[in-house]
Amino acid sequence: MKYLLTIYADESTWVDASPEDNAELMAAYEAFTREASDVVLGGEALQPTTTATTVRVRDGERLLTDGPFAETREQLGGYYVVDVADLDAAIGWAAKIPDAANGCVEVRPIMEFDAPGADAPSHDAAARG
Amino acid sequence: MLTRALGDLDRAEEAVQDAYAIALERWPRDGVPADPAAWIVTAARRRAIDRLRSERRFAARAEAIARLDALEREARDEADRDDAADGDLAMSPIADERLRLIFTCCHPALAPDARVALTLRLLGGLTTGEVARAFLVSEAAMAQRVVRAKAKIRAARIAYEIPRDADLPARLGSVLATLYLVFNEGYAATAGDALVRRELCAEAIRLARVLCLLMPDEPEALGLLALMRLHDARRAARVDAHGALVLLADQDRSAWDRGAIAEGHALTERALALHGRGRYVVQAVIAAEHGRARRAEDTDWQRIAGAYEQLAALDDSPVVALNRAVAVAMARGPEAGLALADEQAEPLAGYHLLHATRADLLRRLGRAGEAAAAYERALELAANPVERRFLAGRLAEARADERG
Repeated sequence: MKYLLTIYADESTWVDASPEDNAELMAAYEAFTREASDVVLGGEALQPTTTATTVRVRDGERLLTDGPFAETREQLGGYYVVDVADLDAAIGWAAKIPDAANGCVEVRPIMEFDAPGADAPSHDAAARG
Repeated sequence: MLTRALGDLDRAEEAVQDAYAIALERWPRDGVPADPAAWIVTAARRRAIDRLRSERRFAARAEAIARLDALEREARDEADRDDAADGDLAMSPIADERLRLIFTCCHPALAPDARVALTLRLLGGLTTGEVARAFLVSEAAMAQRVVRAKAKIRAARIAYEIPRDADLPARLGSVLATLYLVFNEGYAATAGDALVRRELCAEAIRLARVLCLLMPDEPEALGLLALMRLHDARRAARVDAHGALVLLADQDRSAWDRGAIAEGHALTERALALHGRGRYVVQAVIAAEHGRARRAEDTDWQRIAGAYEQLAALDDSPVVALNRAVAVAMARGPEAGLALADEQAEPLAGYHLLHATRADLLRRLGRAGEAAAAYERALELAANPVERRFLAGRLAEARADERG
């Protein structure tokens, strides 16, 4: 039997934490991942909800909202992990998920951890503005 | 005191003179304030700030335009060197760069207010403080909006690219909606900072113009530019010498900017020729029809009501339905209009213009008592001081009619 374990935490404590506290938490997660390596099929850390986009399709029209899934009427019913070039491509797939026409699909970027020794990723000019 | 704040004696003197001039005009009309000296100092400071702001703006604008000109000259020279076929500015790398920036700033995954803030900050010539004042939020809150939006662009990987064809209609729609939001913020007749508001309209028009240059075959972009030009053409006639709102029917049409109207007409024709039938094109058709009428009674209300019917089919919002009711009232009489307006009574119960519209139609039907009640409700809901003054005047007239 497979189970999905979803992790809920107050993300502000994570953002506001000192580097030492974050390092401690990271070490704890690494220890958990090692211990659970026989049973874990996959898992990712997500970027904070401020980076989320919620996608709905109504009457064939795609509606986007800045921010996470917020209504309480719908419940988490499944997930996909997609690997695509940018947010538009991810939104394109999200809008094709059948339940986007009834409920909604939250598109949340997955955290990318720099490989040791790799250069920090460079970002676009708009963000520098 | 004022001199220290302004750092310049001449400026302070000028500002105080301005303040006295304003007092001479206002005090006889509105009464002398409780503390006249304090009133003069406050008014003088405000005038001085206005002057400083516009001086600064002109300086910054001149510099920005000089920079842009230099860049465009460079691009032209480069194109001349390369090949005559590449000489079109719309195909230059700078044009591409600007399109990328517009599409990134107006990405639909960003909140509308963030799109506006980013667009004005990165593409416009306004400072964060000016944008904040125009939208009645603190400068810190506006700066925070920009920072958050940039963080999302980076973290969620919103591509700094011109959208793929499949995404283009939705992405372009978001750009147009953002520019229209900027324009409307500037066009709303409030007693706020008039200078900044004018600047917002000019900015929205300038950006729409750039967009039309870069995407010359997009009818909705042409439609939006036409719509904004046609509305802006009436700016001088919409508010009277006392700052009161003047209805379209009562406006001095000789004060309309005929050049802007002609350009609006040409753009509308071009959008229609490209088979544009979207919401901006249809709204431009309506505005163009108003612009065509030399006198209010020459207005072709049948055509305008027809265009509103088209618009209502594209957009089922109650506000569009209310505007349609107004046009139908003009085309077929107040009774027909009132019936359509009443259909929107429930969704628009808290909207002052529903009550103002009903009041006007009831007034024209000679139902003064009901008209007065509707004006009262409209006045309770209206926040804009210019509109409130207008409604209060109409309410007094309706009450007088009721008695008479």
